[in-house]
Amino acid sequence: MKRAFPILAIATVIFLGYATYQALVVAPTERTMGDVQRIFYYHVSSAWTAGLLFFINFVASIVYLARRSQKVDALALASAEVGVVFCTIVLVTGPIWARPVWGIWWTWDMRLTLTLVLWLIYVSYLLLRRFSSSGQTPVMAAVLAIFGTLDMPLVYFSIWFFRTQHPQPVMGNGGSIDPRMLHAFFVNLIAFTCFGLLVCWARYRLEVLRQEVEEMQALESLLEVRSSR
Amino acid sequence: MTGSAGLTRATLFKDLRLEWRSKDATNAMLFFALLVVVIFSFSFDPTAEESRRIAGGLIWVAFLFASVVALNQTWARELRNQVLDAYRVSPAPANSLFLAKVLGNFVFVSVLEILMTPLFVIFYNLRALGPAYQLWIVAGLGTWALVVNGTFFAALSLRTRSREIMLPLLLFPISIPALLAMVEATSSILTGEFSAKFWIVLLVTYDLVFTMASLFFFELVLHAE
Repeated sequence: MKRAFPILAIATVIFLGYATYQALVVAPTERTMGDVQRIFYYHVSSAWTAGLLFFINFVASIVYLARRSQKVDALALASAEVGVVFCTIVLVTGPIWARPVWGIWWTWDMRLTLTLVLWLIYVSYLLLRRFSSSGQTPVMAAVLAIFGTLDMPLVYFSIWFFRTQHPQPVMGNGGSIDPRMLHAFFVNLIAFTCFGLLVCWARYRLEVLRQEVEEMQALESLLEVRSSR
Repeated sequence: MTGSAGLTRATLFKDLRLEWRSKDATNAMLFFALLVVVIFSFSFDPTAEESRRIAGGLIWVAFLFASVVALNQTWARELRNQVLDAYRVSPAPANSLFLAKVLGNFVFVSVLEILMTPLFVIFYNLRALGPAYQLWIVAGLGTWALVVNGTFFAALSLRTRSREIMLPLLLFPISIPALLAMVEATSSILTGEFSAKFWIVLLVTYDLVFTMASLFFFELVLHAE
């Protein structure tokens, strides 16, 4: 598994380069929005990756409560951290696109608000992990992650009452979209998913190593106390 | 069943008696809410028409901030003299303890609301144009939504550093849909322009989901040490 990491990392970098080329050069310029539309390839891919990582976090939290395995907790932490990064990318690229197209940076539209609330919940999750010093941090964090997931449908319905300004998905209704755009989109989607999972994996490895070091240090200090007697 | 109901009653009355004698939380909450009302009133200086539209938000933000005072001392009070450890080793069901704490906080926050609402009405010249009886329903459901999650997260943040800051950081993001529902329901009742039915149904759902989730996970959180 350890050897696979550099190979996958190189493959992902090459694939990301190809995806960027597709998005910036090959895909045609959108007729009404112009070049700013190209941000869509990164925006949607990041949103998808963030959603996937938060889902991994949710599953890992449930599995942790059932099994109490440290590695699963490391996965929960890694996916939440990397998910917050991708969610931040979504929240930053969105306004950059919205300003020239809608004429405003931000609006309290359904998807925007939903993403922001999701981001807030996961930042509070990371804060809980940061502030909590006891050995029970993983249990508390897992419970909070489940509460956050339970909250999402309620957030969805509460914002559903507001007017929706976000552009509706254009896939699948008629052949209005250029096939090169579609190609660039799917290449970027896969590239960003690989990238997100790769970073998550690296963070996971780091967290597992940190746990091991902590255990070793605890063991060492125990042995020192013994030998000094 | 009498055992767990009896434990709930005993803990609830103990908390109420403690609060009745010291009045720590009530005084702090009342004064804090009063400050929020006065400061908001200075910074907006609204006309009667405007204030009807913004009052829902102001009232609930004031109550939300003030209720954190009561929520924070829920479990912190039990840390002194290792009372919480005694709860842990006792065979008493954890959920009856949790329910007692939630009911206690519900009483404290309700008292705060009953005392502060007239002040809001005076300062902001409020008069409901919609069906005013619905305000009672919204207040009850909204208060329950705040205290059930607040009590749970207070227990969750008990073992963190600087736990008094931690509670609002955990509670506010999760409470966003409930807060939105309370604010929108109150505003639509005050202005009388829209029906508040959707928001009331949302609040009922929120209360049900998180009451059940809290009861399901509370034992785990209490015994985590």
